[in-house]
Amino acid sequence: MAIRAIEVKGLRKTYRKVEAVRGIDLHVEVGEVFALLGPNGAGKTTTVEILEGYRKRDAGEVQVLGTDPETNERSFKERIGIVLQETSVDPFFTVREVIELYGGFYPNPLPVDEAIEIVGLTDKADERIRRLSGGQQRRLDVALGLAGNPELLFLDEPTTGFDPSARRNAWQMVKDLQSLGKTILLTTHYMDEAQMLAGRVAVIARGEIVAEGPPDALGGRDVAGTKISFVLPPGSPSPPPQVAGNFQILGNSWRSETDAALPILHELTGWAVNNNVELRSLQVSQPTLEDVYLALTGGERDGASESQTVADLAGGKSETGRSR
Amino acid sequence: MSNAQLVLRQARFENKAFWRNPAAAFFTFAFPLLFLVIFSTLLGGGTSPSPTGEEIESTTYFIPAILSFAVVTACFTNIAIGISFSRDEGILKRLRGTPCPGWVYLAGRVLHAVFVNLILVVIVLIFGQVFYGVDIPLDTVAAFVLTLVLGAGAFCALGLAATCAVPNAEAAPAVVNVMVLPLLFLSGTFIPIGDAPQWIQTFAGLFPIKHFLDAMFESFLPPPDNPSGFVWSSIIVIALWGMAGLIIAVRFFRWAPSK
Repeated sequence: MAIRAIEVKGLRKTYRKVEAVRGIDLHVEVGEVFALLGPNGAGKTTTVEILEGYRKRDAGEVQVLGTDPETNERSFKERIGIVLQETSVDPFFTVREVIELYGGFYPNPLPVDEAIEIVGLTDKADERIRRLSGGQQRRLDVALGLAGNPELLFLDEPTTGFDPSARRNAWQMVKDLQSLGKTILLTTHYMDEAQMLAGRVAVIARGEIVAEGPPDALGGRDVAGTKISFVLPPGSPSPPPQVAGNFQILGNSWRSETDAALPILHELTGWAVNNNVELRSLQVSQPTLEDVYLALTGGERDGASESQTVADLAGGKSETGRSR
Repeated sequence: MSNAQLVLRQARFENKAFWRNPAAAFFTFAFPLLFLVIFSTLLGGGTSPSPTGEEIESTTYFIPAILSFAVVTACFTNIAIGISFSRDEGILKRLRGTPCPGWVYLAGRVLHAVFVNLILVVIVLIFGQVFYGVDIPLDTVAAFVLTLVLGAGAFCALGLAATCAVPNAEAAPAVVNVMVLPLLFLSGTFIPIGDAPQWIQTFAGLFPIKHFLDAMFESFLPPPDNPSGFVWSSIIVIALWGMAGLIIAVRFFRWAPSK
């Protein structure tokens, strides 16, 4: 039986009186890239730090690579790589030296040049760390996480603070790592990053997993109702009742969320063409990952009503004509 | 690699980084010499009361005094401030995520601090010989080396313990200097305390700096009634303080920056 890279059941952690993690279940398969999404303070860091062996849990079962990280065994640390935020190394070392230093802690380290090449720092290999840019230092962080040739890599917000091209490069790097057979647990608060890299995503909010699945289907996004909206110019005739009944009307703006978008659109556009009515700003859309994420985590983007709508959507309800 | 090899390797890497910051390295060595020159000049020409009650030339007084100051700085102060900074910068936290045992890393840092300390001692000894004509003690070399090594170890352990009281890197120099500077003065490191009120000497005698100074003195300038230069009572006090420091460090040491 294949063993999972990470298996968590009923994980709980309380700081003084604050319940940071309130019963989390999750699993990560070997070779998978799994993303943990969530706002700051949602319990993401606590969860990951428990998996890495930095913190002790209050309750629940945790197995990482078949061992309990809490025991902090050396043999466990030899099989994982950790890329944290806000860690540094002595700035007077060169890139090559510090990778050599860290690689030396492991029984089968990655060849130093290989680690440097994976993160694209080959031409900076003999540069002192203090002369690297922020993005280069972040790539060095990843190289240090890889130094011991780990089976499982924890990547904590690997691209925070990157410019767009640096992010593209970092994403390519993560994909390359996956093709090397590494299992990767990624935390991020960038939706596009999770969508681009992860096979599965879990959204964590208020200490709980509120949704989990492939990014394309997260929160029922793939089967959620389609949004149709348009603006009816003043003075236009009203659509017939079999169309209008599906819509909510706010001034001139008409909106609908429906499971049967095609017949409604057919009726609507047919009527509009026949009556020579212009449907301004006609839009047909599925909720984006960001919509789902904001709804699940209680964030607000276009105001509370929008979030509420998507929250209902994510919960699987998709009847039309709800009040807003 | 065995743990012992890892300790040596860590110390070697620390050493490499140390010399690449020439300004910091230079002042680590120049600072005690600067103090030696300043205090010898200020109080030079006259005599000072040694801890054993004799009047000796002030320039002679300051060689063992500045040697103890050098040990306290290189071991206690540098370890306490340096480790506090490494903790705040996340260096310690990163290390905790690797298979390297924490004590191996700290032992490497301590070993390097002791190494720097030894260079410093040699520099002060040579400086004292050349400029002040103070002889290096050959008869009492055993007492001198024992006192030096034990003191270096004890002050490193106390430096590790002190990091537990340092909330963050910005506070480290202030907190550490408050711990060490008053005691350096009260123990007679910069100004001889032979004529000071008894209670000051009694108070200073509770802490390891005065005992270290006393033991250094006698191993350097042994009085007639103690030709071997060992001051066992002080050596025991230093060892006890060192052990207390180690116990506190083992019990309360923090690897992650405080938030």
